[in-house]
Amino acid sequence: MDSNGAEASRIREEIESLKANKRNIEQQISALEAQLNQLEVKQVEEGEVNSNALCTSPLSNGDLGNSNGLSPDMIYRYSRHLLLPSFGVQGQANLLKSSVLVIGAGGLGSPALLYLAACGVGRIGIVDHDVVELNNLQRQIIHTEAYIGKSKVESAAAACRSINSSTQIVEHKEAFRTSNALEIVSKYDVVVDATDNAPSRYMINDCCVVLGKPLISGAALGLEGQLTVYNYNGGPCYRCLFPTPPPTNACQRCADSGVLGVVPGVIGCLQALEAIKVASLVGEPLSGRMLLLDALSGRIRIVKIRGRSLQCEACGEHPVLTRQTFPDFDYEIFTQTPLSTGPLKLTLLSQDARISSKEYNERVVTKGEAHVLVDVRPAHHYKIVSLPNSINIPLSTLEGRLSEIAAALENEADKETLDSGSGASLYMICRRGNDSQRAVQLLHKAGFTSAKDIIGGLESWAHNVDPKFPTY
Amino acid sequence: MVDKQIDSKDEETLQNEDESRSLQIKFLFFARARDLTGMTEMPLEVSYGSTAGDCLNKVISRFPRLEEIRGCMLLARNEEYTPESTTVKDGDELAIIPPISGG
Repeated sequence: MDSNGAEASRIREEIESLKANKRNIEQQISALEAQLNQLEVKQVEEGEVNSNALCTSPLSNGDLGNSNGLSPDMIYRYSRHLLLPSFGVQGQANLLKSSVLVIGAGGLGSPALLYLAACGVGRIGIVDHDVVELNNLQRQIIHTEAYIGKSKVESAAAACRSINSSTQIVEHKEAFRTSNALEIVSKYDVVVDATDNAPSRYMINDCCVVLGKPLISGAALGLEGQLTVYNYNGGPCYRCLFPTPPPTNACQRCADSGVLGVVPGVIGCLQALEAIKVASLVGEPLSGRMLLLDALSGRIRIVKIRGRSLQCEACGEHPVLTRQTFPDFDYEIFTQTPLSTGPLKLTLLSQDARISSKEYNERVVTKGEAHVLVDVRPAHHYKIVSLPNSINIPLSTLEGRLSEIAAALENEADKETLDSGSGASLYMICRRGNDSQRAVQLLHKAGFTSAKDIIGGLESWAHNVDPKFPTY
Repeated sequence: MVDKQIDSKDEETLQNEDESRSLQIKFLFFARARDLTGMTEMPLEVSYGSTAGDCLNKVISRFPRLEEIRGCMLLARNEEYTPESTTVKDGDELAIIPPISGG
């Protein structure tokens, strides 16, 4: 048995190591191919076509039998674009000369990047500092299982290169901050905001305004999406529309509220479409208008939005934000929201009103303490997974259901002969330990002074007590 | 053409004379406004001469939690951005559109 196990783990290790080598080699090949293509594009531009060099690569630009600057390979690859009378050779040539920066390689960035790589944008930059996780794959369709635990930028770049080795892919494996924003954005013609939080949206907007870059902004949450092009041709910017940031509780995250995967998919595709229009100088970009996608009712509305505001702090007559002031602007303070998308961790209660998940386990499971455990998550969360013997009273309804808690406590006290005579204990739990603290505050005020919360909620339970307990 | 113009002028005079007349408008809610109201749309009766801002106040008084997003939203009338000072007409559609940040 033991030797079999050891053998299996040795084979697994070897497979992993070979896979890593394979990925590495594939990356090197795509990087070299892209490099070669760049060289050839340069040669084409400079009119120094070397027929010997071109024979060596089947995907090379080939010999230019015509004056439009497109090689036979490019003509074949992009033929369906060239056949479009309104796009044609000129549109494609503009696209090939352009560069697009996609900030965020998640739900919006995934489809946007796939289309931008396929369509023949000359250079694509990808910014992200996250790693791929299993719960991303439901919507972040550029990533595959093999990249779980690896950088999203590396994963997305490899996918883009495998679609189109003639597009140059630049990896920015870093968080987008005021310290690097100007330097990164200044290298591109068009910016796609595919981030997932309010401070990043203001930061990207302001950076685009001070550098004069058009911004393709998309957002999705739940079953709704929004899309618009900011800072384009005298049109408004994000701050013209929303000079005051949303209150923190209004600023929801997919990790809390959920999102149907295809919704950011649709918006990300539309972002690619707008980026292509702006970069190729074809059509009428969605500037001064906002597209609203309502997936549940199957409706798309386009609302005319306000024009540029002369009072705008970014693009108005007397801007507060300039190239000089931008790097010092604190977007986390401005929006009261952290830039990193990690979950909120509140500390509302004193230590004696809280217990750890381990201690709860000891008291209740090991020592059999008489208690009532109230799970204050919304009912649809409770249906996903819950602790045995817990009762579900969502925080939003708690105030009106205090009698149920009183009854449960009495019931529990009756069942046991309590030696101390102090009655059953009362514990509150939620997903991460924020709402459980709010619940305890409410209960203390209502006279349930012994109520305690379980620190870190069900996530802590899964992490510290029962590793098999599902997280979401 | 000329007849039409006279007609609409007459109608306007008529409306001005009858200031007690009420108007039926429709509110559309998007994103966070849907969570806060639990609805996607609702009809609203407002008095003649009400502005978009008056209508907004009326809907907020019905759903006080909407106050949370008042400072950060688009207000549109018939699918176009509107200042709160615009006077609404019968059958107008007002939309409350807070920005979404997710992605």
